[in-house]
Amino acid sequence: MSLAKPVDQTDHVLGPDDAPVTLVEYGDFQCPHCRAAHFYLKNVLATMGDDVRFVFRHVPLTQIHPMAQAAAEAAEAAGAQGRFWPMHDAIYENQDLLGPQLLARLGVRLGLDMQRFSDDMQSHRYLPKVREDFMSAVRSGAAGTPSYFINGEPYEGSYDDEALIEALRFAAQAHAPHATRPQQGTRPRAH
Amino acid sequence: MEPLRAGVPAPEFELNSTPDQRVKLSDFRGRRAILAFYPADWSPVCGDQLALYNELQEEFANHNAMCIGVSVDGAWCHAAFREQRGYRLALLSDFEPKGEVARAYGVYRDKDGVSERALFVVDEEGVIRWSYVSPIGINPGADGILKALEQIDGRTS
Repeated sequence: MSLAKPVDQTDHVLGPDDAPVTLVEYGDFQCPHCRAAHFYLKNVLATMGDDVRFVFRHVPLTQIHPMAQAAAEAAEAAGAQGRFWPMHDAIYENQDLLGPQLLARLGVRLGLDMQRFSDDMQSHRYLPKVREDFMSAVRSGAAGTPSYFINGEPYEGSYDDEALIEALRFAAQAHAPHATRPQQGTRPRAH
Repeated sequence: MEPLRAGVPAPEFELNSTPDQRVKLSDFRGRRAILAFYPADWSPVCGDQLALYNELQEEFANHNAMCIGVSVDGAWCHAAFREQRGYRLALLSDFEPKGEVARAYGVYRDKDGVSERALFVVDEEGVIRWSYVSPIGINPGADGILKALEQIDGRTS
C-alpha cells in the first residue's frame, strides 16, 4: 500500500523539492525505535545530501506513550515559530527526560516566544494537525513506528543507516531519466 | 484450513477476557466486532499491531465497532501483557480447549500451536463481512479494517 497523502505545504520538509528521492517518516517522539532511527537518519541525510528530501509526520501511539502527543504538539508549536526541526531533534536527543518540563525547557532553549508556545500547548492548537498525520499513516497502511515511505512506497527494510542509504540510492537510480536500471529483485529488504 | 470468508455467520464463542470475566461474541449483537487473532502476547509485531488498534478505538467506535484481540495465551498472561503495554483493548484467551475458536474461524496453525495473524469484521447481526490473513510476521495495519467498516456504513446508511 502506498502513501495516501502526498507531500504538501503543510508538511515539514528538509532538502530540495526536486530531489530524486523523497523519504517520509511517520514517527513517535516517545518511541525508542524512532529515537534510534533518528540518529541513523542524521547519517543518512548527511550521506545523501541533495539527493533526498526528508519529511517527518506524526504517529503518536498515545496510549502506550503518554507523552508522545504532547511532544508532537510541541514540535508543531515550535514549527509555527520556524523551529520545527530544532525541536524535533532536541526531543529525540532528550527522550529519556521527556515530560512537560522538558518541552518547556527546550522551548526556552530554542528561543521561542514562550507565551505563544504555552498558549498553543494549552489550547491544543496543533492537535488536529497531529491527528491528521496519524490518520494518513493508518490510511497508508503504516503499522508500527517508525514507518518509512520512499517515493510513496512503503519501505520494509531495517531502519539502520546502511540499509536505508542502499534503498534510497536504489530509488534515486530508478528515478534518474537515463540510469541503467539494476537487475530486478535487487530492492533491499533486511528481513 | 481455510479461513472463514465474508457472508458466513461468525461462530459463537465464550472466552475469558480477564481471569474472572467471560465475553461472548453474541454480547456484541447490535454492534460490530473486529476480531484480531494474533499468535502470541509479547512478540514484537503483535505489540505494534495491538498498539495501533488500541489507538484507533475511538475511530472504530465512530463506525459502531469495537476491536478485540484473541490469542491462545492464558488470561493471566494477557493481564500482565495489557498492564505492561498500557493497552485498554480487551484480549481474549483462546486457551482451553486450546485454539478452539481459532479453529472454528479456520485460522489455527496446528504445527505451531498458535493462531494465524487474522482479522475478521463481524457486523451487527453477527455475520462476517470481511476477513484477512496476514503473513504471520507482518503487521497488517488497520487500513483494511477501516475500509471494511466504511463499506458496511455505505450499505446500511
